[in-house]
Amino acid sequence: MEQQIVKVKNRKGVRVIPGYGLCMGVTLTMLGSFILLPLCSIFFSTSRLSVQEFKEIVTSPQVVSGYKVSLCCAFCASLVNGVFGMILAWVLVRYDFPGRRAMDGLIELPFALPTAVAGIALTYLYSDKGWLGSLFAKMGIKIAYTPVGITIAMVFVGIPFVVRAVQPVLEKLDRQYEEAAAMLGAGRAYTFFHVILPEIVPALLAGAGLAFARGIGEYGSVVFIAGNIPYKTQIAPLLIVMKLEQYKYSDATAIAFVLLIFSFTLMLLINSVQIYMQRFNKG
Amino acid sequence: MPRDAERTYEQDVSGDGLQSLQKVIDPHRDEGSLGVKCALIGISVLFLGIMLVLPLAVVAVNALREGWEAYKENILDEYTIKAFRLTLTAMFFAVAVNTVFGVAAAYLLSKFYFRGREVIAALIDIPFSISPVIAGLVFILTYGNMGWMGGFLKSHGIKIVFAVPGVILATIFVTFPFVFRELFPVMNVQGREEEEAAALMGAGGLTIFRRITFPHIKWALLYGIILCGARAMGEFGAVSVISGHLRGKTNTLPLHVEILYNEFNTAAAFAASSVLVVMAVIILIIRNLVEMKKGRKAGGR
Repeated sequence: MEQQIVKVKNRKGVRVIPGYGLCMGVTLTMLGSFILLPLCSIFFSTSRLSVQEFKEIVTSPQVVSGYKVSLCCAFCASLVNGVFGMILAWVLVRYDFPGRRAMDGLIELPFALPTAVAGIALTYLYSDKGWLGSLFAKMGIKIAYTPVGITIAMVFVGIPFVVRAVQPVLEKLDRQYEEAAAMLGAGRAYTFFHVILPEIVPALLAGAGLAFARGIGEYGSVVFIAGNIPYKTQIAPLLIVMKLEQYKYSDATAIAFVLLIFSFTLMLLINSVQIYMQRFNKG
Repeated sequence: MPRDAERTYEQDVSGDGLQSLQKVIDPHRDEGSLGVKCALIGISVLFLGIMLVLPLAVVAVNALREGWEAYKENILDEYTIKAFRLTLTAMFFAVAVNTVFGVAAAYLLSKFYFRGREVIAALIDIPFSISPVIAGLVFILTYGNMGWMGGFLKSHGIKIVFAVPGVILATIFVTFPFVFRELFPVMNVQGREEEEAAALMGAGGLTIFRRITFPHIKWALLYGIILCGARAMGEFGAVSVISGHLRGKTNTLPLHVEILYNEFNTAAAFAASSVLVVMAVIILIIRNLVEMKKGRKAGGR
């Protein structure tokens, strides 16, 4: 309704609030010069490669294994994050206990802590001589310098995404449904899986999707713990950096291009989940 | 009055009926059994302890392993201080650009209707979905020697890649959406009526912004600036690609940490890290205080 009125106004070209031109100018100029123009050069550079060259670079065994490592580890990490993020959000929203506020603040630590610092700290923690790594080493499990280590680093950077996506939805959730379920004789587990979970699944998916996207692109925290063993623990972003260091710009561009397409597709999916969610919530 | 009513109910009803009735009166009283509650809190504490707190402890212990004196020496190292200064510079520029852009873009998208709003909003979000390494790469492809702007820059003697401007540009790129993301929802909810009324009564653009829009968004703005600052401080991937790792020139503090670590100078690496950790913790604390303020203002929890 409101939107319609504004649209009519718009058609006549009447804008009551001043500053439209200025804001539009500033926004487009800055967006263009800082984001779009640089981004265009990646498409521009890729277009200079022939299809054959592009194919050769992207399907070389090292690059393919890089994509595989990045995708698999990010996927496992987002699964772990989905489970623990759900538990954390639940605990933070539903329970009251001493230290809840501190815990809530702590969730954002991976956002604030520089990734390089997280990277070297995690490597130290999980290397064979580290506090936790030595415990696992006794059992014969190596964590640092294996895909498991990469996954742990990705869990670290991804956890706030899931918690912060699920938390507000859980807070807003009308408890009448749970009460109704309980009154109708549903057990707690049944209520959770059949009443609460369906309501938060979109948010959970969006959060896990963001964590997944972040994991694929993550470099700083992963590169130390990965150990960068060719064909085993080289992640795709690392391959880009390596090619750049060898001044193989076209190779780096091609690898980046594929990664970029993948990220955009993922974002599109997440956005459509969110749009669906909004529509769903409105009824 | 309702309280009295509850009491009479509870006193009147006894036996099996009591429990279900209590549920009606106060449905959240026995939220989950105590065992489940303790177990879930336990899992959460354990998870956060291992994933988030232990790494911080590692940094602290390793930074101080060689004693206080060595720690001080490591922190006051010439290159560490230079790196710290560059990090602050990059943070400053990122926050400045972010604030101007964030306010302008959020104002534009929340106060005016025009075709393509969604497109602009989606474009602003791009840096969120891009690997920081790619963010660095695009600047090399644009401004580097091989890039299409490279020749022009070279002939004018401007150096962007492997120099401080490149570091700043990369930092701006990765932090770009932060302030906008915080401001837009707040401004959108606030609507346009107040600004329209003010404009109709003859207020100028600046007055409207200062007297009407700004008071609504000041906490959200501060919040966005804090997030942007935190990200700018910690950016590694993008800066690493574009900086060229010139010690004392284009090394930010996170890059300096990497170099020290790769030189097996771990005590120094963790000492430099500890500076970043302290900054991160301060940022987190301020963030929480601002959020409390913001929440109270909005009448939130």
